[in-house]
Amino acid sequence: MKRRTFLGNTLALATTGAALSTGLLAPQWAAAAGEASAASEASPSPFNLKALDEVLKSLNATDAKTSDAIKIKAPEIAENGAVVPVSISTTLAGVSTISLVVSNNPNPLAATFTLLEGTSPDVTTRIKMAKTAEVIAIVQAADGVHIAKQNIKVTLGGCGG
Amino acid sequence: MPSIKLRAKALEGGLIEVKALMTHPMETGLRKDSAGELVPAHFISEVIVTANDKEVMKANWGGSISKNPYMAFTYKGAVGDKLKLTWKDTKGGTDSGELVVA
Amino acid sequence: MSRLTIAGLVTSALLAGVAFAAEEPNADAYREMTYGDRDANPALLVIDRGEELFKEKRGPKNVSLEQCDFGLGAGVLKGAYAQLPRYFKDTDRVQDAESRLLTCMTELQGFTVEELTKQTFANDKRNEDNTDLEALTVYIAAQSDGMKINAPAEHPKEQEAIKVGEGIFWRRQGPLDFACATCHADDKKRIRLQNLGNFSKAGVDVQKTMSAWPTYRVSHAAVRTMQHRMWDCMWQMRLPDAQYGSPMTVALIAYLNAQGKDGTYALPGMSR
Repeated sequence: MKRRTFLGNTLALATTGAALSTGLLAPQWAAAAGEASAASEASPSPFNLKALDEVLKSLNATDAKTSDAIKIKAPEIAENGAVVPVSISTTLAGVSTISLVVSNNPNPLAATFTLLEGTSPDVTTRIKMAKTAEVIAIVQAADGVHIAKQNIKVTLGGCGG
Repeated sequence: MPSIKLRAKALEGGLIEVKALMTHPMETGLRKDSAGELVPAHFISEVIVTANDKEVMKANWGGSISKNPYMAFTYKGAVGDKLKLTWKDTKGGTDSGELVVA
Repeated sequence: MSRLTIAGLVTSALLAGVAFAAEEPNADAYREMTYGDRDANPALLVIDRGEELFKEKRGPKNVSLEQCDFGLGAGVLKGAYAQLPRYFKDTDRVQDAESRLLTCMTELQGFTVEELTKQTFANDKRNEDNTDLEALTVYIAAQSDGMKINAPAEHPKEQEAIKVGEGIFWRRQGPLDFACATCHADDKKRIRLQNLGNFSKAGVDVQKTMSAWPTYRVSHAAVRTMQHRMWDCMWQMRLPDAQYGSPMTVALIAYLNAQGKDGTYALPGMSR
């Protein structure tokens, strides 16, 4: 971690320290930084991709327009990264898929929901977040791919680990 | 042992809200055990929900979905619809649960 | 513009400044979204498992727990958890839900305490599922959802347990010279974003906590019971492992439930 970045955001600092000290997230994600995961070599699934731009590419979202017709409902501060509630809804027409991407997770793609006839473009789930990151909603609509983002700060509070 | 808790509620405008909980460890494949060994990936990779045998939702997941996953959505349906949720995981495990919308 | 209005503007600007300075990052929105949706609580899955375990014929004697007496008579679960700990004549001691569960599993089903307590709690570092004891306890507790904390304090041994619990709450001990009261006897005390709660006075703080356990702790990805809370607090204080269902833990729970009397159970809970 760059020192400048490290000092630049005290909340992120507290976050990382807490995450490491509890041991909850640290071992889970510690391996992610440089090591290759066996699963990603065995399968070309977009869920095994590590680079955010490759994930966006796999979803045809590299040049996607940011849309305020997509609403992400998620907390700005999450007190535990193991469970972060996220809802994505949109007023865009002809939605076929809604994908959920976490920018700083070792495998950024968390979910793709395929909506079938009669299903509302409004999905809710709960995700793990390794650290403070952007949650990115990627919506395949009739007129193309649209995206929206929300920053979520991840903290772990208290001593009761 | 039951691994799925399925709930459904009729909303206004002919919509049915579906909420589902599943028991699953959702191992990312990136966590190390106390001996420093990677715990193999083991997570639900696909969830399919049908209403009266017709698919209304297909979800594909990675290891970033929380342990004991939760999912909620709404679809156009009616009281009496027979819902069925089936999940499959990365080790070939599968389970399903059913519910009639009341 | 009159001087009065200007003074008013300056005052409100100052007040706004103070309010802004006092505004700290908080997890209120997270808590509301995460813990507020009761249908999304994975403890519901554990309760289902607990119910199956409760009704299944198990143990060397191959019987279910349906004839277990949790204080309101054999087989009565509704509201029983809300009136624990209490004195039980057959064991001649005050028992909480979990020590009583051990009694029933040994007496009715024929298990031994040794095998039952070999592993009482799921190990969250290993991402384990809840143990049978945890699943059974949250199922039993959930049958008191919506009821008020109302543990009896009539029998001399119940009164004694509450007094002993109070003594332990205040007693500084162990290598860190710590008491429960070190963290839980001041208003508005917190560690980072985590409010600690003042349990030394009867009222809202202690009611809120005691009425929300057993709880699904997202940091453990598992249901945690009051026995686990006691064990964990002792560990935080670097004291020896609290024995599951021991008189010490039961006394502390008796004291805390006396402090939290009339709090309304919202079970299963979900928390950090």
